[in-house]
Amino acid sequence: MNTENAPILRVQNLSASIGGQQVVEDVSFEVPAFGVTGLLGRNGVGKTSTIKAVIGLIPRSGQVELDGERIDGAETHRIIARGVGYVPEDREVFSRLTVAENLRLAERDEHPRRQLVEDLFPDLVKRSAQMAGTLSGGQQQMVSLARALLNTNKVLLVDEPTKGLAPKIVQEVAEALAEAARTVPILLVEQNLTVVRQLAATVTVLSGGKVALTGMNAGEFLDDTDLNHRLLGVHTGTAAANPNPAATAAPKGA
Amino acid sequence: MSTIILLTVTGLGLGALYFLVASGLSLIYGLMGVLNFAHGSFLTLGAFIGWQAAQALGAGGWGVFLISLAVGAATGAVFAALTERILIRPLYQRHIEQVLVTVGLSLASVALFEGIWGTDPSFITGPAWLKETTDILGARIPNDRFVAILAAALVLGGLLLFLKKSRYGMIIRAGVENRSMVTALGIDVRKAFTLVFTIGGAAAGMGGVLASHYFGYVSPLLGGSLLIFAFIVTVIGGLGSLTGAALASVAVGILQQFANFYWGVGDFVVVLLLAAVLLARPAGLMGKAVTA
Repeated sequence: MNTENAPILRVQNLSASIGGQQVVEDVSFEVPAFGVTGLLGRNGVGKTSTIKAVIGLIPRSGQVELDGERIDGAETHRIIARGVGYVPEDREVFSRLTVAENLRLAERDEHPRRQLVEDLFPDLVKRSAQMAGTLSGGQQQMVSLARALLNTNKVLLVDEPTKGLAPKIVQEVAEALAEAARTVPILLVEQNLTVVRQLAATVTVLSGGKVALTGMNAGEFLDDTDLNHRLLGVHTGTAAANPNPAATAAPKGA
Repeated sequence: MSTIILLTVTGLGLGALYFLVASGLSLIYGLMGVLNFAHGSFLTLGAFIGWQAAQALGAGGWGVFLISLAVGAATGAVFAALTERILIRPLYQRHIEQVLVTVGLSLASVALFEGIWGTDPSFITGPAWLKETTDILGARIPNDRFVAILAAALVLGGLLLFLKKSRYGMIIRAGVENRSMVTALGIDVRKAFTLVFTIGGAAAGMGGVLASHYFGYVSPLLGGSLLIFAFIVTVIGGLGSLTGAALASVAVGILQQFANFYWGVGDFVVVLLLAAVLLARPAGLMGKAVTA
């Protein structure tokens, strides 16, 4: 379906509101068919809402194409079934279900990729009978990622996967995402710019619910101190923004 | 001693009827957030159609009794499934409108039942054994209480097994906890909605047949009178908790019987219990979760 240079996800003029308040306004961007695309912005700028609007979890208008096909009129479960993996902010594992049940529930494919998940997250195998609510934050994130990786997807939408995690776990999550990105394009919402630098090839930045810039090389953006200070409210730049020597598995797009 | 045994077993029987109504209420609220005021109508229609089936087949034998139970359950299931598909689904996530439509359905259905079967109670007959008593340590227990308790225990066991072992049970448990995330895994959660309504309606319909034998009659108001206490049981047990509903049914049934016998204030004591539980544990005994 996807021609070589066509984006896997094309969002055009997407707007969304929650409880009558507009949280996403006329957002347009594309996700290439390979690598990791960062979706950045300050807190509360509408990144999570954009992802939710793409898969129809909140009311939206505008046009969304997945692999060239319109999905903006479809219901959430049908969009997911077309090949979208969703890793939500705050993990959202089912706390009263076991790890194994959480994973079984997510299996859509006739032959889910259990071996891949077991290889990436061996700890989950040992904890398969444990209630997911009793796992640590990092382990819950593994469950959340594993649910998305079990199926063959056209794109993964990953929302703040390192939020609230210890540095060691952040790196494990980043490595898992890097591994996943070898086979599936990822739209990554992430506040941790070290992880963004490690993984993302390009970035789209939101400001005030709108797109401030899109399709920019991630490294160039993060190196531009003035630009990312203006849009993200943080200082990065070359010296400060690449403290992560473990960024060996980063796909960076190609 | 015999009085205590009699009141306890009779209370358990009453609690069993409450549970058969409350189990569906609890699952429906837990998964969908719908307070279903039409649930009593599922029970009443199940009781009437079950009674009509027994009449047509010549009431009196165990076979006919079991058939009337099955007919009552099937009637409740079909009525509930149609209610969900036709009236509830178009109002998805509009909870106030859903409540209004179920209140309207309950009022309209009572009027419809009165139009069909009249306002007077219709007295029923069943297997003779049901109206006989069994002596337990001097207490002469009406046998229909044992049947109600057995049926409720089987429904509870079956539902727990279903929730624990089946994929749809897993979807329902997950949906009670986080419905939108179930959808975000690519699962059409509305199928679970219909299923939960159907199961709840079947339990209520079966409860209707058992209630008609328990009270000795069926009337258009039968469901409404049980629904009030079923709601209380559901709230005390914790909205969404099947086990909580079972425990609360037992507590309410027994307490009601004792308070009625000794002081004549059974209903009042149940309301006091509800207030006490809500003050001490606002989420009910077992909170909002379908636990297996």
